[in-house]
Amino acid sequence: MNTEKENTEKELLFITVIGEDKKGIVASVSTFLYEKNINIEDINQRIMGDGYFVMTMLVDIRHAAISMEEITKALEKIGRDLELRIQLQHENIFKMMHRV
Amino acid sequence: MAITVEEVYETASMILYQNLDIRTTTLGINLKDCVDSDFNGFRKKVYDRIYENAVKLVTEARSLEMKYGIPIANKRISITPVSLIMESHCEKNKFIEMAHTLDQAAGAAGIDFIGGFGAMVQKGLTKSDRMLIDVLPEVLSQTDRVCSFLNVGSNVAGLNLDAVNLLGRMLKETAVKSKNAIGCAKFVVFVNAPEDNPFMAGAFHGVGEGDIALNIGISGPGVVKAVVARNRECDLTRLSEVIKRTVFKITRAGELVGRELAAALEIPFGIVDISLASTTAAGDSVANVIEAFGIEKIGAHGSTLAVALLMDAVKKGGAMASGNVGGLSGTFIPVSEDQGMIEAVEQGALGLDKLEALTSVCSVGLDMFAIPGNVPEETINAIIADELAIGIINNKTTAVRVIPVPGKEAGSCVEFGGLLGTAPVMAVNPFSAKDFLRRGGRLPAPVTSMRN
Repeated sequence: MNTEKENTEKELLFITVIGEDKKGIVASVSTFLYEKNINIEDINQRIMGDGYFVMTMLVDIRHAAISMEEITKALEKIGRDLELRIQLQHENIFKMMHRV
Repeated sequence: MAITVEEVYETASMILYQNLDIRTTTLGINLKDCVDSDFNGFRKKVYDRIYENAVKLVTEARSLEMKYGIPIANKRISITPVSLIMESHCEKNKFIEMAHTLDQAAGAAGIDFIGGFGAMVQKGLTKSDRMLIDVLPEVLSQTDRVCSFLNVGSNVAGLNLDAVNLLGRMLKETAVKSKNAIGCAKFVVFVNAPEDNPFMAGAFHGVGEGDIALNIGISGPGVVKAVVARNRECDLTRLSEVIKRTVFKITRAGELVGRELAAALEIPFGIVDISLASTTAAGDSVANVIEAFGIEKIGAHGSTLAVALLMDAVKKGGAMASGNVGGLSGTFIPVSEDQGMIEAVEQGALGLDKLEALTSVCSVGLDMFAIPGNVPEETINAIIADELAIGIINNKTTAVRVIPVPGKEAGSCVEFGGLLGTAPVMAVNPFSAKDFLRRGGRLPAPVTSMRN
């Protein structure tokens, strides 16, 4: 059945993309994630009250080919290229802040 | 229930646009077991204990910053009050050498401030306590990172006026010896000092603590200001509620980082200090929060009510978020470290008298304010004694961090740079309390019943 690695717990992080809506955001980020063997669990996007486009991706990095530090750096570069803010944060911080 | 886009965006905005950070992670370290009759061996043990722990703290804190995408602004060390461990080496030169050892250990490990070069003297002074006060002008002017404190009173001991009476002269001497009087910014005098406070300059590792503990200070004036600004029309009950909810969230972030950092360091987690701590960064100001309430400038009539509301809401939100709330936990209103406070003083909205009134409802006291260098030492002692009396009678911590700036008059300005900011020099009441303070002795501990 499952290998030992697949049995390990998911390591879930949120990628938050903030900025102006434009073509290629999902494509750029998801291509990068695919290449680095990072699974996307969920995607949501919304235009906020203050006019910002916000996309969140919940990703599982348990099988990622690169470290968290490298993922952060690569996402920052994609952010600079597309003129967007991209943040990577472990899901625990959201659970702690927004759930009692 | 899944986390929504709005919730993720709220957290991201706090960090990206509202200066949310973990203001300080402070490692409290016991040094009592380092004491040795061989002074050089003693110093080496102190250096090694601090350096080894500090390096681990800096490394692990960086890794958590990455994991949670939240900056940890400061990594600091607090130690056993130095007068205590120096009892058997009570010589001036040795005190100064020990201060340099602390400075060097912190510097080598990449720590900006190390707190605890101080003493608990609420009932009286030992020879070592007295020596420590005597060497402070040298220590505060010759070292960069060493912070000092004195606890000169408590609810149960009263106020040690004899200790207060030593401070005006000490501060004036420190001011003269250090550039821009900056040495005085590294000294705080307290009553009811908490033994687990993570914030400098008053942090120390109290004698009631274990060998080591990690204490966290969160921040968040920018976050609170943003939520207040979105609620312009609501009444005070509702305003308190929205602040509570926000402080709950930021305290939880602090609790998470604190717990994980303590686990990574394999040491006990101490406390989360939920104080709102301002910086001079734009928008990171407690004064601006008060102004967002609808007060033109902090210091205007109505400001004491506003600070009281803010304080109480911060405490309620924080207490719900963490079972480990401790330290000072309230709202700091330092003058030089808060752009809104600086402007209020410069524009004449805030003077020393109103600042003192505000401290009766805030968590700490008269903090980081400059006065003219020619103010008599007895008047400095009187300013300190007044502020500390507020703490003793009201069953709370109060403190003073005053900077008498040589050659400066009221209305001028002094630049400290970096975290310590810019201080407008404030006018002081010219009349004297010299004969009253000269009486010395101890203000008796107050009654704790009949509390009107």
